[in-house]
Amino acid sequence: MKLGHWMMGGAAAALLGLSMATPATAEGEQYLAGLVYRTGAYAPNGIPFANGMADYYALLNARDGGINGVKIQYEECDTGYATDRGVECYERLKNNGPTGTAYVNPLSTGITFALTEKAPVDKIPVISMGYGRSESRDGSVFQWNFPLLGTYWSAADLIVQHLGQKNGGLDKLKGKKIVLVYHDSPYGKEPIPLLQKRAEMHGFEFTPMPVTHPGVEQKATWLQIRRNRPDYVLLWGWGVMNSTSIKEAAGVGYPREQMFGVWWSGAEPDVEPAGDGAKGYNAITLQHGAGRYAVHDDVKKNLYDAGKGSTNWDDVGEVLYNRGLVNAMVGTEAIRTAMAKFGNKPMTGEQTRWGLENLDITEARLKELGFEGMLRPIKISCSDHEGARSGRIQTWDGKAWSFTSDWYTADDAVLQPMVKAAAAAYAKEKNITPVACN
Amino acid sequence: MLYRETGQFKTTYESDQRIFRIVQDRWIILAILAAALVVVPFVATPYLYTEILIPFLILSLAAVGLNILVGYCGQVSLGTGAFMAVGAYAAYNLWLRVPEINNLIVVFLFGGLMAAAVGIVFGLPSLRIKGFYLAVATLAAQFFLDWVFARVGWFTNYTASGSVAVGDLSVFGMPIATPEERYFLILGMVIFLTIVALNLVRGQIGRTWMAIRDMDIAAEIIGIRPLLVKLSAFAVSSFMIGVAGAMWGFLRLGSWEPLAFDINRSFQILFMVIIGGLGSILGSFLGAAFIVLTPILLNQIPGWLGIPMSTALISHIEFMVFGAMIVFFLIVEPHGLARMWAVFKEKLRLWPFPY
Repeated sequence: MKLGHWMMGGAAAALLGLSMATPATAEGEQYLAGLVYRTGAYAPNGIPFANGMADYYALLNARDGGINGVKIQYEECDTGYATDRGVECYERLKNNGPTGTAYVNPLSTGITFALTEKAPVDKIPVISMGYGRSESRDGSVFQWNFPLLGTYWSAADLIVQHLGQKNGGLDKLKGKKIVLVYHDSPYGKEPIPLLQKRAEMHGFEFTPMPVTHPGVEQKATWLQIRRNRPDYVLLWGWGVMNSTSIKEAAGVGYPREQMFGVWWSGAEPDVEPAGDGAKGYNAITLQHGAGRYAVHDDVKKNLYDAGKGSTNWDDVGEVLYNRGLVNAMVGTEAIRTAMAKFGNKPMTGEQTRWGLENLDITEARLKELGFEGMLRPIKISCSDHEGARSGRIQTWDGKAWSFTSDWYTADDAVLQPMVKAAAAAYAKEKNITPVACN
Repeated sequence: MLYRETGQFKTTYESDQRIFRIVQDRWIILAILAAALVVVPFVATPYLYTEILIPFLILSLAAVGLNILVGYCGQVSLGTGAFMAVGAYAAYNLWLRVPEINNLIVVFLFGGLMAAAVGIVFGLPSLRIKGFYLAVATLAAQFFLDWVFARVGWFTNYTASGSVAVGDLSVFGMPIATPEERYFLILGMVIFLTIVALNLVRGQIGRTWMAIRDMDIAAEIIGIRPLLVKLSAFAVSSFMIGVAGAMWGFLRLGSWEPLAFDINRSFQILFMVIIGGLGSILGSFLGAAFIVLTPILLNQIPGWLGIPMSTALISHIEFMVFGAMIVFFLIVEPHGLARMWAVFKEKLRLWPFPY
């Protein structure tokens, strides 16, 4: 009897709670929702990213009193990298604050795909910095998607260019064997069309090899690699899959110098577990890598010296921490751009979209923000929601990442037609009339 | 007192054979239906629709489907996620390739039928193997079908990423776009299929399922054919799971990849059935409510109470409390939440004068 009462009471309280799930909000503050994952199989990579974002927002509040005086109210929700939980987080948070969230960083290709369908309805822009659908840089079809600072196609293209340069020209890649070891999900499959296209153009032999989520079981894949001895292995892994790949490569004696990871496979948590085996491993960075710049001094002064940082000062400046920092920076700069037009008050998703589309972060502005040397200028337009397509190769020396190549810029003559075709196919499937960009 | 059936005389065969024989049960069901159909549209927010009610209803249907197989027919299956995927991808391909139809009900039923066909094929081993061994055999379905949808490009219309998306949906010319419209379509499907399930399990077919479950050799001796009975259970179960999968893809996610129907989904639905109560339609709903709503609720409690807590800590606490609750319920009532409700009803019958 008692138990029954207790249960009924609990259920009733639960339903009541769920039906009035709206937290307190402060008027006049800019609300920002963060979909992060500090738990689950991918937490080692998700945590530094989330810390970077949180620290940048906290820095703006502590140093400048927000964006143009409008304080930021930042709320995190843990997705565990699961698409359905991510969508639940988004639905829970999207209308909070006076204007709802100004933009959303899904931080997972699966969640990006799901939110791409919701963004035009909810009028909330999706910033998928360096991930998500590669064709979504076409702003005429994907009005609400902003894959800033490079897509997977750009990243794959940069790696191919680097390989070409190493061999003395892209035509020298003819007959070479290139294998892609990828996470078997939309994320991992993204670069395949670009690599196939490049294989056709330059005559190298391209073999994709899938690894099932979460990627701790790769023996068969690496046995095959040992047998085929490809010239290069590209790694499109995530989380624990990366360090497993590097360990397996060391195990079968595949030279790590010939391995190139995407930026999700090029952070400290990816190489450190592999120990010495990771020495010589390379990864493409989209713009920045590890290291501390002027902005980090501000972070130290305003947050860590005051004991308000979200992690240890030693971890500040890691690749993914910086990624989070940059992600928060471009988002808040877009809000600032929007404020220049709409006034200094909390921005709605629609206004932020305008800000994103007119975002222009010049060299001088980067210097002001403290990102000089870390990033190159970014300029977004209606037809190009990517803004920048350049990157460098970094190499792990056993202790730290360092840049080992010059800047490359992805070849838009190759990318542009693919983006157009894929975006047109999407528009047709979805009955979207592309807007005119001028 | 509240649940006393004294004085409720059944004077016709009809009244003796109805689904809810006690008047109080009928009132409760009517109240729930009225709440779902009339009250909800007035009070629900989009969040309540899309994140609470829609997932709850769809997964309830999947749990009802699995309960028919596991709870009523005694055939353990770990392939639920795969059968949901069959429903979703079959529905997607019909919707994509025959745009003239563009009627979600037809599309969903087609998804269900395809899932039923695949379910029958993967149910064949059940004629030879039982128990845990059968569970492992259905696991093969899970991995094989996952692989098919990830590898065979035709199913995903050759999209580069293997992720498919739907949009511009309608039923008999009525658009289905807003959370409210989606909710009503799902609610209609779930009510209809639940009535079908309730009638199946108390009729001749359900009795043969239960006979096979309780002792298959004895059932065979009294003239029940295991081939027909087991495969019909697989077919009906997979049909409902397939419809649930199609609705999950079309109305819950809108864009999905094979990972949405991976082995974790199979486990999730099996746990709903076990915690809700094997061999109980009501249990399927209670189990789904428990598994779907509890984590979301636990995740939000610190926010409501205004306790400042880091995101990671909230998630860790959510896992721990949820795990402890599962253990607690299984210890307190191994027969599931449905049995708990039955005990509670029994208590109400005597209340307030227990002897």
